[in-house]
Amino acid sequence: MVERETLLSRILPHAILMLGVLVVFFPVYLAFVASTWDPATISNGKMGILPGPYMIENYQRILFTGTSSSTREPVFNMMVNSFIMAVMIAVGKIFISILSAYAIVYYRFPFRMAAFWIIFITLMLPVEVRIYPTYKIVSDLKLLDTYSGLTIPLIASATGTLLFRQFFMTIPDELLEASKIDAAGPFRFFKDTVLPLSMTTIAALFVIQFIYGWNQYLWPLLITTKDSMATIVIGIKKMIVTQDALTEWQLAMATAVLALLPPVAVVVGMQKLFVKGLVETEK
Amino acid sequence: MEKRTVFSSYAIPAALLLPQLLITIVFFYLPAGQAVWQSFQLEDAFGTSTQFVGFENYQILFSKPEYFKAMGVTLIFSSAVAFMSLSISLLLAVMANKHIAGAGAYKTLLIWPYAVAPAVAGVLWLFMFQPSLGMVSGVLKTWGIDWNPLLNSNHAMILLVMAATWKQISYNFLFFLAGLQSIPHSLIEAASIDGARPARRFWSIVFPLLSPTTFFLLVVNITYVFFDTFGIIDAVTGGGPAGSTTTLVFKVYHDGKSGGDLGLSAAQSVILMILVVGLTAIQFKYIERKVSY
Repeated sequence: MVERETLLSRILPHAILMLGVLVVFFPVYLAFVASTWDPATISNGKMGILPGPYMIENYQRILFTGTSSSTREPVFNMMVNSFIMAVMIAVGKIFISILSAYAIVYYRFPFRMAAFWIIFITLMLPVEVRIYPTYKIVSDLKLLDTYSGLTIPLIASATGTLLFRQFFMTIPDELLEASKIDAAGPFRFFKDTVLPLSMTTIAALFVIQFIYGWNQYLWPLLITTKDSMATIVIGIKKMIVTQDALTEWQLAMATAVLALLPPVAVVVGMQKLFVKGLVETEK
Repeated sequence: MEKRTVFSSYAIPAALLLPQLLITIVFFYLPAGQAVWQSFQLEDAFGTSTQFVGFENYQILFSKPEYFKAMGVTLIFSSAVAFMSLSISLLLAVMANKHIAGAGAYKTLLIWPYAVAPAVAGVLWLFMFQPSLGMVSGVLKTWGIDWNPLLNSNHAMILLVMAATWKQISYNFLFFLAGLQSIPHSLIEAASIDGARPARRFWSIVFPLLSPTTFFLLVVNITYVFFDTFGIIDAVTGGGPAGSTTTLVFKVYHDGKSGGDLGLSAAQSVILMILVVGLTAIQFKYIERKVSY
């Protein structure tokens, strides 16, 4: 910087950032610690800030047996459900939105603008504002407690279409002209030119939508009634019995750790794609 | 912006658009339309017949003190979370933007809470602040504070604000950092040649130049608190104690779940839709989205 560096000006940013990192990590660390203790230590408030000896036992129990009261479903099954839901939402969204964006950008046809606006306005109708009517339609279609019911209503949204449209606009016109000279039709052009160029955008959208899908709460809460269809985020809520000593905190916290690990791993492991996806879907 | 060269066909674009339009119409427009329609209907106690009643449902809704309470709760909740998370993340972003060692590592260490589900974030904070066994509430007790978010409505609200802020910091941090990095360094150097101290440089140059980012984030944060915090509220307080943490969205869910009046619940949904339309419109007007249709 421009000022002469003092000891304080060198240490202060690190101190503030470290404090921030500490605050961000502490709740998760504490959950991890709780997941390694026995219920008695936790409920007596005697749990310290160091891990206990029950880690393997607790995780084995929660993954393959489940809790003893609230929901008996093993958490491993819930994770499988969450994974299927997240992948179906991400893949479904990419599939339908890349097709519709291609139609809107590369064709001229009547009602093109109307189609664009019909898709665009869905930005303004989040699932929360139309829960019960949507629920009713899904139940009329006999899709309750199915993966289709869990995912299809969530895969249509404008974000993907807008993102692909914006990206397609940056593809030089000369590429299409060249393909046309080579007598390539719309399918060839899509497969050989547009799709390979879109790979980074597809990957970025996949990262964002996987996290979105994995973390869904309200929708699975309504659509799944059977324990065997529960996702992990719903499962953890069922384990917390409010105002009751019956909550098995060591298992609930192990579930919390398992619930946040996959999406956090995606963010940390694919940070570049994640940032790209986040910035581009919002701007 | 339009493409110069295009394909010409009617059938192909129709087929390409079909999946998205079909899903959009069945799961977006139909339910939204139904909500609007139901909000003008009154159903009798047995659900056998309905009658058109105009704006009566809205009148009933606006005569209920609970509804105004939920509005107040939503307002307090969203302004508290927006203020806290924006100021904390701006501070962190300014620090991370200084040319210090390990800036990249700090970024990685600060952005991951974005990926934590709101309900899971709520459960983590609930555990720390659980009145009988929570670690932080134990410390508070030794300071003479009888902490109980299950009974005390202020405590419940504070807990929700903390959990929601914790989750939102990473998002704001990323956008602030990007905003800060796009401010030309020459401007700041010019100001320091003119004798402006760091604080002055921040408030009269950096902060004003950052205002589009700040405004964008303000709208996004309000939308976040309106809709995405449902999971936090349901997991931590369940809207209680005594409705003191029931936001507008939570109320729609809660009233509908208890099998209440369909028309009334639909009227609430319609008001929410109008709010989203308003928020999105503001977002577009000031953020200059590149939608040039």
